[in-house]
Amino acid sequence: MTDTRYDRAPGDRPTLADREEGTSSGVIVYAIGLVLAVGLTATSFWVANTSLIWPPGVPLGLAVLAIAQMGVHLVFFLHITTGPDNTNNVLALAFGILIVFLVVVGSLWIMFNLNDNMMPPPELMNLHMQH
Amino acid sequence: MNIAVAIDDVRNDALPSASEAGPAPKRIVVAYGFWIFLLSDIVMFSALFAAYAVLVRATAGGPTGAELFNQASVAIETACLLASSFTCGLMSLAIASRRRDATYVFAVVTFVLGAVFLALEIREFAGMIAIGATPQRSAFLSAFFTLVGCHGLHVTAGLIWLAVMMAQVEIKGFRATVERRLLCFALFWHALDIIWVWLFTVVYLMGVRP
Repeated sequence: MTDTRYDRAPGDRPTLADREEGTSSGVIVYAIGLVLAVGLTATSFWVANTSLIWPPGVPLGLAVLAIAQMGVHLVFFLHITTGPDNTNNVLALAFGILIVFLVVVGSLWIMFNLNDNMMPPPELMNLHMQH
Repeated sequence: MNIAVAIDDVRNDALPSASEAGPAPKRIVVAYGFWIFLLSDIVMFSALFAAYAVLVRATAGGPTGAELFNQASVAIETACLLASSFTCGLMSLAIASRRRDATYVFAVVTFVLGAVFLALEIREFAGMIAIGATPQRSAFLSAFFTLVGCHGLHVTAGLIWLAVMMAQVEIKGFRATVERRLLCFALFWHALDIIWVWLFTVVYLMGVRP
C-alpha cells in the first residue's frame, strides 16, 4: 500500500495520515474553499454593480476575480497541488489552459481586426444608405 | 553499481520517485484519464465562450443582455451551484470514511441544489423565449443559448449520473469500481462549477455593461 502515498489523483483525499485522523481536516479544507469562493463571488457581483470603480477597469477586475476563484476551486475542491505527486495532472492542466487561451484570445483578436477592416468608410456607408 | 547504492542511501529518508514506487494504482490512473476528459470539455467550452465574446454585440436590433438578464436570479443560481459543489465535497469525505447514511444525505442535498439551479435556468430561458428572445432572433442570442444551454445540459447529465451512482451504492455498496465512479463524478461536478464561474462573469456580469 506504500505506493498510494506518492501518487495522488485530482479530487483525491489528501494523504493516508489525513484519512486516519478522520474527516475533520477534509471538512476544513472544503470549508475554506467555500468561504473563499463565496467571498470572491460576492466581490464579483459588487464590482459589476458599483460606481466606485473606474468603469473601463471593471472587466479586468472581474477577470482577475474569476481567475482567482478558478484557482480556489482547483486547490480546495479538485485538490490540484504543486507537489511532485501531482505532476501529470498539473501538466495536463497547463496544456489545457494554453489551448483555452489560444482559442479565446486568438478568436477575439482575429475577429475584432476583421470587424475593423471590413467596416466600409463613412462616405461609402452613406452611399449605401442612399439607395 | 556502487554509485546506485550510494544514491539509494542518500535518498533513504526521501520519498521514492514515481518509477521506484511501481505502477500507479488504478484509482490514480482512472482519475487522471477523467481529468484529461474534463480538460477537453473545458476546451470545448472555451470555443463557445470565444463565439459568445465575438457575437455579444451582434444583436441585430433585438434585445441586448442588459435588457434580458436578471442579476438576482443569477446570484441565486450561483449560490446553489457553489453550495452543491461544497456538499459534493462533503459527500466525497463521507465516501472516504465509508459512512453510507452521510453519503446519501449529502448526495440528496447536492442533487436538490443542482435541480434548483436547473429549474431557475429553465425558468429564465422560458421567460426570454416568451418575450421573443429566442435563439433564432440574433447571433448574440444563438451564442448565449448555446453556451449557457450547454452548461445546463452538463448539469442535467451530472444529476442523472448522481442518481445512478446512488442506486449503485445502494445495490453494490462501496466496492472499488463504485468508488472510482464516485471520484469521477465529484471531479465532474467541481469542474462544472469552474465553468459556471466564467459563465456568470463573462455572460451575466460583463455582458450587462454598456
